[in-house]
Amino acid sequence: MNSPLTLNGKDKIPGDIALWFFLCAELAVFGLLIAGFSLVRLRQPEMFQAGLQELHVAAGVINTMALLTGSYLVATGVNKLRIQGDGYARYFYAASGCGMIYVISKVSEYQTLYSNGYSLHYDIFFGFYFFTTFFHFLHVVAGMIILILLGRWLKKTDSDDEQKLKAAESAASYWHMVDLVWIVLFPALYVLR
Amino acid sequence: MKYQSQAVAKPYFAFAMLLFVGQIVFGLILGTQYIIGDFLFPEIPFNVARMVHTNLLIVWLLCGFMGATYYLVPEETQCELYSPKLAWILFWAYAIAGTLTIVGYLSVPYATLAEITYNNILPTMGREFLEQPTITKIGIVIVALGFLFNVGMTILRGRKTVINMVLITGLLGLAVFFLFSFYNPASLTLDKYFWWWVVHLWVEGVWELILGSILAFILIKTTGVDREVVEKWLYLIIAMALISGILGTGHHYFFIGAPEYWLWIGSVFSAVEPLPFFMMMVFAFSMIKQRRREHPNKAAVAWAAGCTIMAFLGAGVWGFLHTLAPVNYYTHGSQITAAHGHLAFFGAYVMIVLAIISYAWPQLQGRLSNSLQAQKVEIASIWVMCVSMLMITLLLTAAGIIQVMQQRMPADGIALGYMATQDLIVPIYWTRLVAGIAFGGGVMLYLYSFVVASRTQADAPALPVSA
Repeated sequence: MNSPLTLNGKDKIPGDIALWFFLCAELAVFGLLIAGFSLVRLRQPEMFQAGLQELHVAAGVINTMALLTGSYLVATGVNKLRIQGDGYARYFYAASGCGMIYVISKVSEYQTLYSNGYSLHYDIFFGFYFFTTFFHFLHVVAGMIILILLGRWLKKTDSDDEQKLKAAESAASYWHMVDLVWIVLFPALYVLR
Repeated sequence: MKYQSQAVAKPYFAFAMLLFVGQIVFGLILGTQYIIGDFLFPEIPFNVARMVHTNLLIVWLLCGFMGATYYLVPEETQCELYSPKLAWILFWAYAIAGTLTIVGYLSVPYATLAEITYNNILPTMGREFLEQPTITKIGIVIVALGFLFNVGMTILRGRKTVINMVLITGLLGLAVFFLFSFYNPASLTLDKYFWWWVVHLWVEGVWELILGSILAFILIKTTGVDREVVEKWLYLIIAMALISGILGTGHHYFFIGAPEYWLWIGSVFSAVEPLPFFMMMVFAFSMIKQRRREHPNKAAVAWAAGCTIMAFLGAGVWGFLHTLAPVNYYTHGSQITAAHGHLAFFGAYVMIVLAIISYAWPQLQGRLSNSLQAQKVEIASIWVMCVSMLMITLLLTAAGIIQVMQQRMPADGIALGYMATQDLIVPIYWTRLVAGIAFGGGVMLYLYSFVVASRTQADAPALPVSA
C-alpha cells in the first residue's frame, strides 16, 4: 500500500477554498430559511403543530438513513482515494444511489401530501415545508449528479493523485453540506412535535 | 490583437462611450430638476429626461456587452468571428434604431410616439425601462438573434472554454428574458410580476454571468493565473449568483398582490445576494495576489478590481439595506432605491464595460497598453468617478432616510406629504448635484485619457506579435 495522500502535506481544509465560500453561502441560505421557519413556529404554534402532524415520520427516517449512509459511502470513497486503494469510484456511485432512495421517498411524500390537499399555497407552514424541503431536494439531486460525474471523471482522468483527491474532497464536502442541512431539518420537521 | 475580426468591437465601444456621455448629461439635467422643478420645461420634462437617462444606460451597457463579446470570443475560441460583416450590419441597425428611439423620446410627446409607431397593434409601451416603441423592441430582438447566431457559430467551430460558455449562457438568457417585454397583461399584478422577469432577471441574474465572464477574461489576461483556477471560481460565483438571484426576484413581489410566501422567499434569497459579489471580490484580489506576470495595463486591472468592490457595495450592501420585507415595507420606491440603483449599476456593469474597454482599446490600436501618462489620467478618472458615485449614493441614502422617517413611518395625519418631504431634502439634492457634476468631470477626465494615449503612443508598449 502507498503512503496516504494529503493536500500539500499541511492541515488544509478539505477540497477547494473557493468551494468553501460557496458552501458557506449555501449554509447561510438554509440557515436563514430554518431561522424563518422557527420564527413562524414561535408565533403560530397551533398551525405548526397541525402541519407537523400531517408529515410522515417513516419517510423522514428513511430519508435520514439514506443520506447518512450516502455520507458514509462518500467518506469511505475519499479515504480509499487517500490511501490510494482501488475501487473508490463505486463508493461515489453507491452514495448517489442512496440519494435516489431519498428522491423516491421524498417524491412519494410530496405526492401523498398533495393528494390530501396540501400545497405551497395551503398555509405558511406548508409554504415553508414545501419550499425548504424542495430546495434541499434540488441540492440532493445536484449532489447525486456531481458524485456520478466525479466517479466517471476519476476513472477517465490522467490528472495526478493530488488533483483527484482535491476533486473528491470538494464533491464530498458538498454532499456533507447537503446532509448537514437535512440533519437539522429532520428533527425540526419530524421529531420536535 | 490576435484576430482581425476582433476589430468589430471598436465601433461598439465607441458608440457605448458616446451614449455614456449622453446618459450623464441627462443625469445632470435630472439632478437639477429635482431642485428646480421646471428646469428645461416644457422642452425636456422630468419623465422624458428620466426615460432617456435610464434607456441610454441600458442601450450603452448592451452595446458594451456586445463589443466585449466580439472582442473576447475570438480569443477564447481561438478562431476568427463567424461573420464580421454581420457584426457591422447589426451595429448600424442597433445604432440607428437606438438613436431614432432617443430622438423620438425627445422630439414628440410619448403618446404621439406610441401612436406613430403603431403601439396599438401590439401594446408594449408605457412601462418603466421598457418604454421603447414596440418596433424598437422587435429591432432589439432581431439584432440579438443575429448577434447570438454570429457568436454561437464562432463558439461552435472554436475552442469551448468556461468563459465563453458562461458568456453565451448569459447572452442567451438576456435575449430570452427580454421576450417578456412583449407580454403586457391588463392585470397590474401580472404585469409587474413578469416585468421583473426582464428587469430583475437581467441585472440580478443573467447579466451577472456576463459580468463574471468578462471579469474572468480580464483577470486571466492580466494576471497570468492558471485558467483552471479562474474557471473554478467563475463556476461557483455564477452558481451562487443564480441561486440567490433567481429566487431573489421575490423581493419585488412583496406588496404587488403576489402570494404571501414571497415575503419569506424574497427576504431570505435576496439576503444572500451580496455573497456572490463578495466571492467576486475575493476572487479578483486573490487572482491579482497570485499573479504570475506584471501586465503593463494597470488601468484595466484597476477597473476590474474596483468593479468588484463597488459592485459588492452597490449591489450587495446597498441592496441588502432595503431588501428584507419588513424594511422594504417602508423604504419601497424611496431615494434609498435610487441610491442602490446608482451604485449597483455603476459598480457592477458600468465599471466592467469600462474595464474591458480599458483592456481592449489599446490592443485594438496595436498597443499592449496605453502609455504610463495616459494610464495615470485614466486611474485618476476611476478615483473621481468612484468617489463621486459613492457621494451620490450616500447622499441619496440620506435623502431616502429622511423620506422614510418623515413620510412613511409616522402615522396618518402626522406624516409629511410627498412634496413637503421633497422640500426638506432640497439641500441634499443640491449636494448630490455637485457630486453629479464631479462624476461628469470624472467622465471627461476618462475621455481625456484617450487623447493623452493618442498623443503619447510612442511611449506605449507595443503589442508583441504573439500577444
